[in-house]
Amino acid sequence: MAACSVEELLAKAEAQEAETLKSISVQKELDLEFDIGNLLACDKNRIEPRDLREKSKKDFLRALARDNTQLLINEIWKQPTERVEEAIVAKLPEPTTRLPREKLPPKPRPPTKWEQFAKLKGIKKKKKTNLVWDETAKEWKRRWGYKRAGDDTKEWLIEVPESADPNEDQFAKRVKAKKERVAKNELNRLKNIARSQKVKIPAVTLTPKASQSKDELARAESVAKTSTASLGRFQDRLPKENPAKKGKKRKFEPLIGNFSNEKQKQLELLKVMDTKKPKLDITKAVNKQMREEDREEAAAKHKKAAGKKGRKGSSMGGKARGKGGKGKAAGGGGGKRRGKPGKR
Amino acid sequence: MQHSQGTKRSKRFLESRAPKLTEDVKSAMIMKGGNTSRTITQALKDIYSLKKPNAVLYKKKNITRPFEDSTSLEFFSKKTDCSLFLFGSHNKKRPNNFIFGRLFDFHVLDMIELGIEKYVSLSEIKASKFPEGTKPMLVFAGEAFDTDNEHRRLKSLLIDFFRGPTVPAVRLAGLEHILHFTAIDGKIYMRSYRCLLKKSGCRTPRIELEEIGPSFDFVLRRTHLASDDLYKLAHKQPKALKPKKKKNISHDAFGTKFGRVHMQKQDLSKLQTRKMKGLRKRRGEVVTEEQEGQAPKVAKVES
Repeated sequence: MAACSVEELLAKAEAQEAETLKSISVQKELDLEFDIGNLLACDKNRIEPRDLREKSKKDFLRALARDNTQLLINEIWKQPTERVEEAIVAKLPEPTTRLPREKLPPKPRPPTKWEQFAKLKGIKKKKKTNLVWDETAKEWKRRWGYKRAGDDTKEWLIEVPESADPNEDQFAKRVKAKKERVAKNELNRLKNIARSQKVKIPAVTLTPKASQSKDELARAESVAKTSTASLGRFQDRLPKENPAKKGKKRKFEPLIGNFSNEKQKQLELLKVMDTKKPKLDITKAVNKQMREEDREEAAAKHKKAAGKKGRKGSSMGGKARGKGGKGKAAGGGGGKRRGKPGKR
Repeated sequence: MQHSQGTKRSKRFLESRAPKLTEDVKSAMIMKGGNTSRTITQALKDIYSLKKPNAVLYKKKNITRPFEDSTSLEFFSKKTDCSLFLFGSHNKKRPNNFIFGRLFDFHVLDMIELGIEKYVSLSEIKASKFPEGTKPMLVFAGEAFDTDNEHRRLKSLLIDFFRGPTVPAVRLAGLEHILHFTAIDGKIYMRSYRCLLKKSGCRTPRIELEEIGPSFDFVLRRTHLASDDLYKLAHKQPKALKPKKKKNISHDAFGTKFGRVHMQKQDLSKLQTRKMKGLRKRRGEVVTEEQEGQAPKVAKVES
């Protein structure tokens, strides 16, 4: 008897479970495709046109929607859940549907002058500690910032060096030097920003400074004068001021004139084009080579693999020796103008 | 861009409009054409309420034809920083016309024209509404959305339009709104339901639907789809967003995960293998080998 009832109970439990599962299960020919990140479901099953008769259209669409929604909800309920302030929340995965962007992806910030230089030389940032031990105060102080360790403006005793003027105020000198450093840093920072946003900045001599030399003033004045529509030809002059120097006027050969001269010129040009030897500018070549060497050294530093270093070292040594010789030979000519030619 | 010096507020404004790595939800501008019918104005208002707060509804009529000249649309999009638009118009040739469109980098990407054949507005259906800004669930039914090229673009456009902000998690009780699109015979039926979560025996609830929102019967008219390379360019993701690939992990056809273990060179003679008693060298064997080795030597000497 007991066995019968147990069987009955089991049968009942199974039937109940089937009932409950029936309420949430949906039969479909093809499974739906889900994109849970977007709460999206796509049903690719074929819809018979005859199901869509005028009268039962609303009901048919509604039943279809109910089935599809049930499947979508089943999928969403499978996601991991957590409790956030008395509400149960399901964590959604990343959306999988690829949709077009609104705007182009942002361009990376161009590197600053220091970043370019560091990359060229192979200088890497060294991680420094925030606190430094200060001997005089016998405590840990910041490396930079408020109440830092080695602040030289805060010293109470400064020895006057022998070469300095005894009446000079050393404390004020240090404070002034710090102010100048701060101003220079600020100027460089703004220059970096201007360069990254491609805003035109005037050259160093044209920006106003506290005290400008005579040449700088003269240059600034001449630039201002020629920045008119007629290039300064009708600007008033001071009584003793010299008239503006006439720039070099280009002279062109007349179009048809000296035939033999023209023939000579053309033949010379053809000869230059014909020769296999390239026109070589020694200084440019030497400077380029030195830059290349710097770059290669920096790149070699990056590759820390032992074997590679050995190989590269030997090949680099050979190259350096060869180019060093050439450099020394042309050193006489290029020696004066070594290094990056500054802005003129 | 130009004004390097500006207030913090203007800086924040420009930053919100600048291109970003992961973009926020797209806004839509909803506007009327030269001539509109009552159906169109009501329908535009309904879609605006579906898409609030990421939408702007223009009150005045704009006498433009998007399919011929899209410059004014692009101008509006630049001003309001919206990359989706919905243009409603009505004329004898194309009655009750909706043009759904999206822009990329303030130039038109796709435009799809749908005609409204039947429309039931929000106000006609008597049911309680839910708060604006609920993220809707989207369901697309019908094989046309997978096979036909125009329908596929339309599907992508509708997803873009209605999906709302991308969120990492969603409140289970707040999943109320569902938009259902069915495509049959070139017609697209859009219905909007409220879903009621009923108790079922297990954890997952049973769904009952209640029709709530506007219901549209669209018919597909003209389309202006973007060229393939522009479409590809619009989908390009910046490199920073790509998930970093873990090296040394590979999968084969069955999904088994493989990795490579690098070891030093092993001395195979000293390898510890399974000892099989039968193969072990016996002392008797060794003796016979020696004898055999000696015998041939002796033979040679003799001959």
